[in-house]
Amino acid sequence: MIHSLFLINCSGDIFLEKHWKSVVSQSVCDYFFEAQEKAADVENVPPVISTPHHYLISIYREKIFFVSVIQTEVPPLFVIEFLHRVADTFQDYFGECSETAIKDNVVIVYELLEEMLDNGFPLATESNILKELIKPPTILRSVVNSITGSSNMGDTLPTGQLSNIPWRRAVVKYTNNEAYFDVIEEIDAIIDKSGSTVFAEIQGVIDSCIKLAGMPDLSLSFMNPRLLDDVSFHPCIRFKRWESERVLSFIPPDGNFRLISYRVSSQNLVAIPVYVKHTISFKENLSSGRFDVTIGPKQNMGKTVEGVIATVHMPKAVLNMNLTASQGSYTFDPVTKVLTWDVGKINPQKLPNLKGIVNLQSGAPKPEENPSVNIQFKIQQLAISGLKVNRLDMYGEKYKPFKGVKYITKAGKFQVRT
Amino acid sequence: MSSNSLGYSEQGGETVSELGQEAVPTTAPSASPAFGLFSSDTKRQSSSDDSFYLTSMATTFSVLPEIKKLVYVYLMRYAEEQQDLALLSISTFQRALKDPNQLIRASALRVLSSIRVPIIVPIMMLSIKEAAADLSPYVRKNAAHAIQKLYSLDPEQKEMLIEVIEKLLKDKSTLVAGSVVMSFEEVCPDRIDLIHKNYRKLCNLLVDVEEWGQVVIIHMMTRYARTQFVSPWKEDEEYNEKNFYESDEEQKEKNLKGKKPYAMDPDHRLLIRNTKPLLQSRNAAVVMAVAQLYWHVAPKSEIGIVSKSLVRLLRSNREVQYIVLQNIATMSIQRKGLFEPYLKSFYVRSTDPTMIKTLKLEILTNLANEANISTLLREFQTYVKSQDKQFAAATIQAIGRCATNISEVTDTCLNGLVCLLSNRDEIVVAESVVVIKKLLQTQPAHHGEIIKHMAKLLDNITVPVARASILWLIGEYCERVPKIAPDVLRKMAKSFTSEDDLVKLQILNLGAKLYLTNSKQTKFLTQYILNLGKYDQSYDIRDRTRFIRQLIVPNEKSGALSKYAKKIFLAQKPAPLLESPFKDRDHFQLGTLSHTLNTRATGYLELSNWPEVAPDPSVRNVDAIELVSASIAVTTPAILSPSLVADLEGLNLSSSSVIDVSIPVFVPMKTHELLHRMSGKGLAAHYHFPRQPCIYGDQMVSVQVTLTNTTDEKIENIHIGERKLPSDMRMHEFSPIESLEPEGSITVSMGIDFCDSTQTASLKLCTKDNHFSVNIQPPVGELLLPVIMSERDFKKEKGKLTGMNETSASVTVAPQNSTRLVIVQKVVNVANLGVVPSGEDNIHRFAAKTVHSGSLMLVTVELKEGSTARLIINTEKTVIGSILLRELKPVLSQG
Repeated sequence: MIHSLFLINCSGDIFLEKHWKSVVSQSVCDYFFEAQEKAADVENVPPVISTPHHYLISIYREKIFFVSVIQTEVPPLFVIEFLHRVADTFQDYFGECSETAIKDNVVIVYELLEEMLDNGFPLATESNILKELIKPPTILRSVVNSITGSSNMGDTLPTGQLSNIPWRRAVVKYTNNEAYFDVIEEIDAIIDKSGSTVFAEIQGVIDSCIKLAGMPDLSLSFMNPRLLDDVSFHPCIRFKRWESERVLSFIPPDGNFRLISYRVSSQNLVAIPVYVKHTISFKENLSSGRFDVTIGPKQNMGKTVEGVIATVHMPKAVLNMNLTASQGSYTFDPVTKVLTWDVGKINPQKLPNLKGIVNLQSGAPKPEENPSVNIQFKIQQLAISGLKVNRLDMYGEKYKPFKGVKYITKAGKFQVRT
Repeated sequence: MSSNSLGYSEQGGETVSELGQEAVPTTAPSASPAFGLFSSDTKRQSSSDDSFYLTSMATTFSVLPEIKKLVYVYLMRYAEEQQDLALLSISTFQRALKDPNQLIRASALRVLSSIRVPIIVPIMMLSIKEAAADLSPYVRKNAAHAIQKLYSLDPEQKEMLIEVIEKLLKDKSTLVAGSVVMSFEEVCPDRIDLIHKNYRKLCNLLVDVEEWGQVVIIHMMTRYARTQFVSPWKEDEEYNEKNFYESDEEQKEKNLKGKKPYAMDPDHRLLIRNTKPLLQSRNAAVVMAVAQLYWHVAPKSEIGIVSKSLVRLLRSNREVQYIVLQNIATMSIQRKGLFEPYLKSFYVRSTDPTMIKTLKLEILTNLANEANISTLLREFQTYVKSQDKQFAAATIQAIGRCATNISEVTDTCLNGLVCLLSNRDEIVVAESVVVIKKLLQTQPAHHGEIIKHMAKLLDNITVPVARASILWLIGEYCERVPKIAPDVLRKMAKSFTSEDDLVKLQILNLGAKLYLTNSKQTKFLTQYILNLGKYDQSYDIRDRTRFIRQLIVPNEKSGALSKYAKKIFLAQKPAPLLESPFKDRDHFQLGTLSHTLNTRATGYLELSNWPEVAPDPSVRNVDAIELVSASIAVTTPAILSPSLVADLEGLNLSSSSVIDVSIPVFVPMKTHELLHRMSGKGLAAHYHFPRQPCIYGDQMVSVQVTLTNTTDEKIENIHIGERKLPSDMRMHEFSPIESLEPEGSITVSMGIDFCDSTQTASLKLCTKDNHFSVNIQPPVGELLLPVIMSERDFKKEKGKLTGMNETSASVTVAPQNSTRLVIVQKVVNVANLGVVPSGEDNIHRFAAKTVHSGSLMLVTVELKEGSTARLIINTEKTVIGSILLRELKPVLSQG
């Protein structure tokens, strides 16, 4: 299975390595650098690279390459999924998964890697168990530790790994018992030139933050569970119960976790909450062009569309842009040729508009294709699919928990072709 | 602080200094020497210093847990390089292996087995063997991991290790299953015979195994299924082959001649059924593993369900997308229908990385058919204009493939491609030329116009491949463009010296072809070109020049071949097939590294073809111990002496089970009516639970049925007919009774696996003339087997079964019930529990395990002051636990 792991930053330094079996020399990464050079763009580095004696499987997260070394046949997704789990754990522990965070906490990183993998096979990957084994660093704790001389290793050994419920800590105590659920839906869409929808679907997740003492057994039911077409579950959910009654019944992990992710059946028509009116044109000989984009609300169920940001990857030939925004501010990066327009809230009375002149490199041919516009937006208190949580019941514990559900709709991969 | 070969971090000085900062303040005085080890260059130390550090390290083992962990990490990393020193620490681990705390035992084993020093192999072997028999499943899991480590250190231990694997495979804990299968795959993947007995258990455990274990088990099961079951695809194939017009008669004959109709092995079905819920896993690797299992093992008609889940994975990060798309590409070649409903999910976004774009394009092309081609082509039009030129070129290739595959749109595509010839971008034009060339080759009949158009392009295009393609086309179809071809040759002769090699070769070709067809106009031109070629720098071109000259220019030496020169050059050439690059990947198992790389990775295990005839399915029967005496009717209950029972236990229960089953404390004589003599037309039947381990299988409850003939005639052929069992329930019926004399009665025994539930087993009791529907419902207390346990063990086990596994209730105990004897008597009357010796007068403990799954059932009766008592049941089987609680409550409260 997984032999070694190298962490490489964007400038090509190997800043951390860990071996689970015999040591593999750093020079194996040269093959990776070679591939990276060939790919030009970080996004295009192939995740699986074959070298004479090893195979390299890598992921790219937060400007860091996690490169693992494999010697024998293994399902590549197994490794990829594990590496992402490692990155998630770092994120969970240090708040971010950056090079500095990893370097600052190198001891904890090694301890984590040691616990997560034994001889290349995953051992403890559940955050609840890891946190019992190795406590995450906090400022307060490091101060206390340096005074008292204690360490951030758990003194008691965790029992979670041994129980039937490996995702939950053994002894959980809270004075305020709370359970929050965020229903987050994202609209993926491709809108064509004329404004008609080429492809649209809704992807949703329910993220939970559960702080309940003891061993609560929760069941969450929906008003309209039929909407959920394809669902993937956190391991805590009892599958049979869902199959028979369409109720999510589970003993939750402690803290934050993703309960389910789902796709809304494709038969349903997806409401598209914004429209984009655009004129982008380039003139043949003048080496300039016009740019005029207006964003307006549409099918937004009476809610305000906010947090609107439009990003456009302009063609390579564009030199700079001279625009005026009726609302919000815009930036154009002349190196990456990315135009970002931070619009903010859409006011239906006065639609936000951005227009002006595009300057092209002189002598460069007119760009073939107009760039597509990527839109981000947010709508609070609305699940665009209409999904509604019916009720949450708790069994197994006596206290009354505080419960809350929040709905939010966002743009996922929302692209308007122009 | 020195900069190379650092103790802890394998990196530069920077991290080490951080480590120092991080750790120094936390160090207790006794631990500080250990830090010398991190900050100093161990390689340059004299050996006496080293041993000083390591001994101090060994003393640190008992100090701070954090330091201890770091020392472990150091030890594993550097033991191989400094073997002598590493040996010093071994005794510490050996001691820890005997620690009462299971987690310490486990971690000691983990570190010990990670020290890669050959001398300690025997110690490792011994420790692994011991750990494999440990009471704690967590330690056994670590033992499974240690097996792989030892195997890679010393492959000669293989045979011994296989024994340990065999033992661990029998383990019933979900914790162990994944790890031991991993060891199996690494050490002895060819010993498929070890799996047989554990196959059903693994299938049933699968859902509860942790996600990483699931992946490994599913991959192993795929291989297993391909060797042990017959192909479920045959039927489909035969069905397809069946001639529509064949009369039924003929078909019948065929069927008779051929094998009997295909019936899926229930074990095969079990695997497919039990993996299905895993498609809902959050882990992409698990979903992919199930998808490949369905692809390789399930009947063709059932594969459909995986596509939805695979499409879901496309929302994940780019690496996951990349692998999943590759697999979908392979699947979509063979089974278009699978992904057709999700066509739009493969539409390309301008922000996708190029590798994802090209894979999506590949899939879209595979999915193209008459119905969706027009939408697809419209979509392709957008792609062609993409700023990502590499992708645009790939799109043109894709259009070309669609055009050859779907004849309706060939012309449309060709026109579209011709339009692209006027594109500004050279790469796009070049790619179009290459594709058009291929398309024209498939149907050259009426495309003179296009060729003319392309000839004009020759002045502007500079990409060699495109120029070469055009020249080849003109040469090949020079008879269709008789006026243009010589002119092109003239232009090319002029620029010959400055052309690329690829183009030069095609100029030579063109010249030769024209010489043969139109020698009047081109004779001198060709000779000029041949002369140029003769002195070219590239030997390839000089070679070709000589060859062509000999072949086409007649001279006295030219042999017989030149007569056929025209045939050689202008032969009908087969059109190239435009095929998917994923065409040849299907011989690799989906989801594997080999499939992704399209080469055999080291350690790749070939998926065997389905066997023609299924190997003996009975090898998977766990309850294979058939006693000869089983069919003999047992006439009196409890005929088996206790010692015999004990013997049988030794036979039936797997030796890895840590729980010892004891003989029942009490066997109640209560019988239940199965069939009343009135409704049974004189045949009466009663059943009774003898509380003996069942001889037909250790997951079964033994049931004794007493049949009585109340008529005055003989009743003949009493047997069990049709049975309606809930799924998973199994039954071992008694052997038919030939005849029962009037007023006679006979007792027979049978075994029923109730699957730890109180569901009724419905069956038909048949005689020669009649049949009666009867039901057997087990009281919950009979689903248990008593267990011997010490008070300490009881408390330990109870500690593990808290939370949702605990049910309790308060009862008011009738005054006469408060003595120990009475309570024990009452409780064991209701349920087959073993009595646990207790040191306290007011607490009574009982232990048992469930018959089917072997989960512990711990009952505690705690008498309080007043006449109340607390009844606590701890078990994983919460349902049975609560039913038992309900049944025990009235027993204690009533007099």
